[in-house]
Formats: sequence, C-alpha cells, structure tokens
Amino acid sequence: MRRRTLLRSGLAAASAPALAACADQGGGGSEGGGRTTLSYGMWDPAQVPGMRRIIAAFKERNPGISVRIELTPWASYWTTLKTSMRGGTAPDVFWMNAVNFQLYAAHGVLEPLAERIARDATPLERHPAQLVRLYAYEGTQYGIPKDFDTIGLWYNKALFDKARVPYPDPTWTWDDLRAAAAELTDPHERVHGFAAEMHRQFVIYPTVFAADGYVLRDGRSGFGDDRTIEGLRFLTDMIDRGWSPPQSAMVENVARVRYWSEKVAMVYDVSAMSGQMYAVPALKDHGGVTVLPRGRRRATVIHGLANVISAKSDKKAAAWKFVHFMAGREAAEIQAELGVTISSYAGTQDAWMKSMPEFDLKSFIDMEKYAVPYPSSKNTAVWENLQYPLLGAAFSGKGGIEGAARTLGEQMDRALKEERDR
Amino acid sequence: MSVFPATAAAKAADRRAARGAGTGPASRDQRAAYLFIAPLGLGFALFYFWPMIQTFYFSFTEFGPFGGHTWIGGDNYARVVKDVTVWQALGNTLVYCGIGLTALPLALVIASLLNRRGLRAVPLYRALYFVPFVTLPVAVGLVWNWLYNGDFGLLNEVLGWFGVDRRYWISDPSTAVFAIGAVMVWSTTGYYLIIFMAGIKGIPRDYYEAAELDGAGAVRRFFTITLPLLSPTIFFASVICMIQSLQVFDLIYIMMGEKNPAVGDTQSVVGLFYKWAFVENAQGAAAALAFLLMLLIAGLTYLQFRLQRRWVHYG
Repeated sequence: MRRRTLLRSGLAAASAPALAACADQGGGGSEGGGRTTLSYGMWDPAQVPGMRRIIAAFKERNPGISVRIELTPWASYWTTLKTSMRGGTAPDVFWMNAVNFQLYAAHGVLEPLAERIARDATPLERHPAQLVRLYAYEGTQYGIPKDFDTIGLWYNKALFDKARVPYPDPTWTWDDLRAAAAELTDPHERVHGFAAEMHRQFVIYPTVFAADGYVLRDGRSGFGDDRTIEGLRFLTDMIDRGWSPPQSAMVENVARVRYWSEKVAMVYDVSAMSGQMYAVPALKDHGGVTVLPRGRRRATVIHGLANVISAKSDKKAAAWKFVHFMAGREAAEIQAELGVTISSYAGTQDAWMKSMPEFDLKSFIDMEKYAVPYPSSKNTAVWENLQYPLLGAAFSGKGGIEGAARTLGEQMDRALKEERDR
Repeated sequence: MSVFPATAAAKAADRRAARGAGTGPASRDQRAAYLFIAPLGLGFALFYFWPMIQTFYFSFTEFGPFGGHTWIGGDNYARVVKDVTVWQALGNTLVYCGIGLTALPLALVIASLLNRRGLRAVPLYRALYFVPFVTLPVAVGLVWNWLYNGDFGLLNEVLGWFGVDRRYWISDPSTAVFAIGAVMVWSTTGYYLIIFMAGIKGIPRDYYEAAELDGAGAVRRFFTITLPLLSPTIFFASVICMIQSLQVFDLIYIMMGEKNPAVGDTQSVVGLFYKWAFVENAQGAAAALAFLLMLLIAGLTYLQFRLQRRWVHYG
C-alpha cells in the first residue's frame, strides 16, 4: 500500500510543473485582457537573434502579448508543421515559403488577412508587389512578406586578375559570361570559369527567365518551350565545353563550396548567402558581386518568406497584431541591421548593405525591378521533384538537354492536370 | 514475428499444454506467462499490427495533407502499378537485396577464421567488426561520402596508385548502386559475424577432432561439418538480411541528395514511399506502395521457408 501512495504522490509532483505551465499559457486562450503567449514557427537559427529583438520591440507596444519562438530545422519543418496542423498543436504564426503556400491556402489552414489588412491599413504597398502577390490565393491575401532575396553573379577578383579578364559589370551579357568562363578555366589548376549547377532557384530559373522562357504560365509547363530550352542549353553548354564542372562533380562538392575554395571563378548565388560569403576571408578580400548578365532580357528570381496565421489558432487577434507589427518599418529595420537577410519593407535595406561594405550588395536590390517571382502552384513539390531526375544526365555532360526538357514539360503538364482534377 | 519455424512447434506444444491443464481457468503459471509477454504483445499490437491495418485502410483513400480522407477504391494501386518509377525502385531494391546478401558468405568466412583454435585477441576483432553495425547510418553515410568523393576522396587516391581513373562513384548511375551496396555490406557484416560465431561455438568440438583424426583438412571440415550444422543459423541470418535489405532507406537518403543525377537509379521502394508520403502529399498512394512492399517481403520470406527444407538441417 505504502508503495502505491508513494507512486501517486510522485506522479502528482511530476505533473505539477506541467500543470502550472499549462495554466500559464492557458490564460492566452481568452484574448480579452490578461496575458497571451503566441507561438511563432520558424526554421532559421541565424535569424533567431533578430527575431528576439523584434519580439521585444513588439512586446513594448503590446505588453499583454508575448511571443515564444518554435524553431524547427529546415529538413523537418514542413513535415512537422503538417503533422502539428492535424494534431492541433501548430504555431499561431509561422513562416511560409512560395513552394508550400498554395497548398496550405487551398486547404483552408491559413487565416485570410485581407479584411484585417484593410482595417488596420497594413503597409502592403511598401513591400515588393511580386512578393505580395506570391502570398495571395484566389484573390485573397494570406501572408505578408518579411524579407526577400534575389540571385546575383558572384566572382573572384583574384582569378579574374590572374586570367587578365575585366570584372563583370551590369553591362554584361551571356556572351561576356561565356567568353570570360572560357578564359578563366584552367584545367591544370582544376579551376572552372563558371558553375552551371543544377539548382532550380539559383541557376535554372533565373537563366530560363533571362532566355525569355518560363517555368509555369496559366497552369502549363514552360519546359517544352524553345526559349526555355535555349536557357537550359546555355547552362549545359558550359558543362559540355568544360568551363563548368559537370553536375556529377557538383553533387559531391557543391558550386558554393567550389567558389569558397577558389576553384570556380563565377557562381550564381542568392543574396541571403552574402553573410556566409563575407565570412570567407579570401572572398571578403577579393570577392565581388553584381547583377546577373543579360540574356534575351534581364531577369532574376525573387523570393521571400511571409508571416502567416494558422486558421486553427485560438489567439487570432493577438496573432494579427504581431503579423501587422512585423509588416511595418520598425520590425524591418531591426531585421536589416543584423545583416542576415534583406527586409522586404521598402527603404530599410540600407542597414543591410552597410553591414558588408566590401560587397556591392545594392545589385540585389536593383534587380527587384525586373525580378520574376518564384513559380509555384498548388502542389509545387510534385512537379519540382520531376526536374532533377530528368535533367540530371544532361547536366552531367551526357547531352540531350532538348529531349530531357521536353519530357519534363510533358510530365509536368500531367502533374499539373492531376493537381487541377483533384 | 510468426515467421520462425520454432513458433509452429511452440504453438502445438502450447495447445497440448492447455489441454493437459484442463478446460478450467488458466493456471497461475499460465497467467504469469501471459503477463510476462503482455508488454511485448501490447507493443506489437500498438506499433506494428494496428498501423498495418491502418495503412491497408488508407491505401484505398485519398488523404488530405492536413487531415481528412476520402474513399477512392483501388485507384492508388492502379497508380502504383502504372508508375515507371515504382518498377525502377523495385528493380533497384532487388539489386540492393542481392548485394546485401553477400554479407552472409563474407561473415561466414570471417567467423570460421576467427574460430580457429589458439587465435588471440578474438574479442578485439569481434568488436572491430561489430562497430560499423552499431554506428548510426547517417554517420556511416557521411563518412563514406568523403571516402567516395570524386575530387579528393581516399578511394580515388588509392585506386590512382594502380592507374585507375578518378571517378564520381556515387553520382555516376553505373556505379552508384554498388557504391551504396558496398557500404551496406560493410556495415552489416559484423552483425552476421556475431551470429555465426555463436552458431559455430554451438557445434561440438569432438566432430572436428574426429574429422581431423580421419585426415580431413580445414576446407573439408568447413564444408562437411561447419556448413551443414550451421545451416539453421544461416537460414535465420538470410531471412533477416533479406528483409533488412528490402527496407533500405536511410543510407541512400543520406548518401545521394536530391540533385544527384543518379537519384533515379538508386532510389529504393522505401525511398519512393518517403517521397510520396512526406514530400509530394500523396499519402494514399504511399500507403498502397508500403502495403505492396509488405506483401513482397512476406512472399519472399515464405519462399525462403519453402526452400529451407532442401538445405537446412536441424540436429
């Protein structure tokens, strides 16, 4: 008997703190007065310090509301989020990207924000219009951008000097890039002029757009389009001529790492990587960045994350206050100062550029004018997953890019049709 | 698992025992026995049997990414059968299975070598061979990726001494499956080695002594004594090995990465299941695939049990 009592009291003791914790948050359920604790789902540990500061500033304005960050690593962010949505434990506010947005919006798990935006005059117009549109579904706004990124041309000045090639500048076209890549390639040193990596956001999409091709338009795939194929051929041609390592080599040592170790003279990479580029001493010293070269037209890809509210949240009023605050100038400035990412709020990017004066980061912001939004549909992951397996051989120097692209176009169209029929 | 031959006999014995104990309430002993196996039985029912039934049910539904499902009949099975990537993955999986099974003869040879009388430091060898098996597949995959690295991997360096050309082992479709298979064999051999060593220890020494007196050499002794008497152990190991190779996933997931041009040539059935269920939001079709894989494993295991009558000797 004695043992049982002991056990019972032990259990009670163990659950006491848990109960207390529940009570602590439970007050948040009732939004009128009292304390509310919001959970905020995000995946990037590098942005935690910035977010903490934004949350502190938010709390100063809204003393009744505190925000708890729920950090989930990128690799499991989406599976965890989906599972927690089903289980009813999803964060109140969380990060959303273009690839997943429509799926979430279409299934009604995101809170529509249009009315609240109108009522509180949230400054949507201060954020890039292409980005704002990315987070609208069937005419309703569900998310508000917090940051943005574009792709730029990074180059190694030391390798350019060695090959006596002038540095890339905004007047460059594809021909200039090709000519420079040929000059810069040095087989003895195992140095390549360019890295035509099979990466959809950093390399494939911007090149396809610069060729005046497209990835997705009116529910149809653009991979069978002649201009799209021209863009892809620009990339695979570099590999076939030996100016870029083949994809099979870049699986094991990715383009970025080759650039960091000064084995590749030019790469296309995203603005969000600036901080890491800056952290490589050699590149801080003699690395440069400029806008992407012009193909048939000027283009780059623009993408950015948005804050969204879970439709299942029971603290929507407080959650909206937080999202509204994040859409404003004050939050954007805090985010920019830390230099991790470009705030999407117009006019707050100076702080970000000043954080790395050696790099001409203004290029990333200049490109916003002609940047194409990241292509997405309701079930983006399905057709995106077709790309690498089908294009892999052509990007490994085995040729046949045209056939591969057309097959990809057909299969993507089939996936898009299935998506519509569902 | 009801796959072991012992259980049929055990069940019969159970029935006999039950009859012997009469038709009344179970005896104290029996109750205790049931209590002892209850935790395991409960775990089995909760974590294996129930999910299995659920998977079977869900394979006939279309699954919403955020909950809710609708009955769609056999559509998922039709999709699985029609999808070329499924057949490719199945082919790859059977290749993995074939490669995986080579761990058995390897382990057998090492086990009989380690079992030689007078050999020193046997526990050390045993530990060394066993370490890869208890290392996390993620760690194993990462380290082997470095060894295989096309630009500065150790393997290319060593092969270079013999004039073999540098290559990208895990991104070349013609070598990737074998590169992964080799790591699989490397990391599982130790496990079977331990099982075989235990099995060999169970063979009475006098058989060997008698054979030696009759002038049988080491090779002869291996084939006429060790191999036949070890056959039940080999059979057990081969069943386990086949099931494990058919379920290979983590090593491939870690070693390949999504941008690998050889990704289609190395994808296993479980890898495809993961992709459908967790990346492409096609949980219903993934459930159908998982169920078919279970049937395949059950079928092949059954086949093994049929074949064992021809080569496994008990007692």
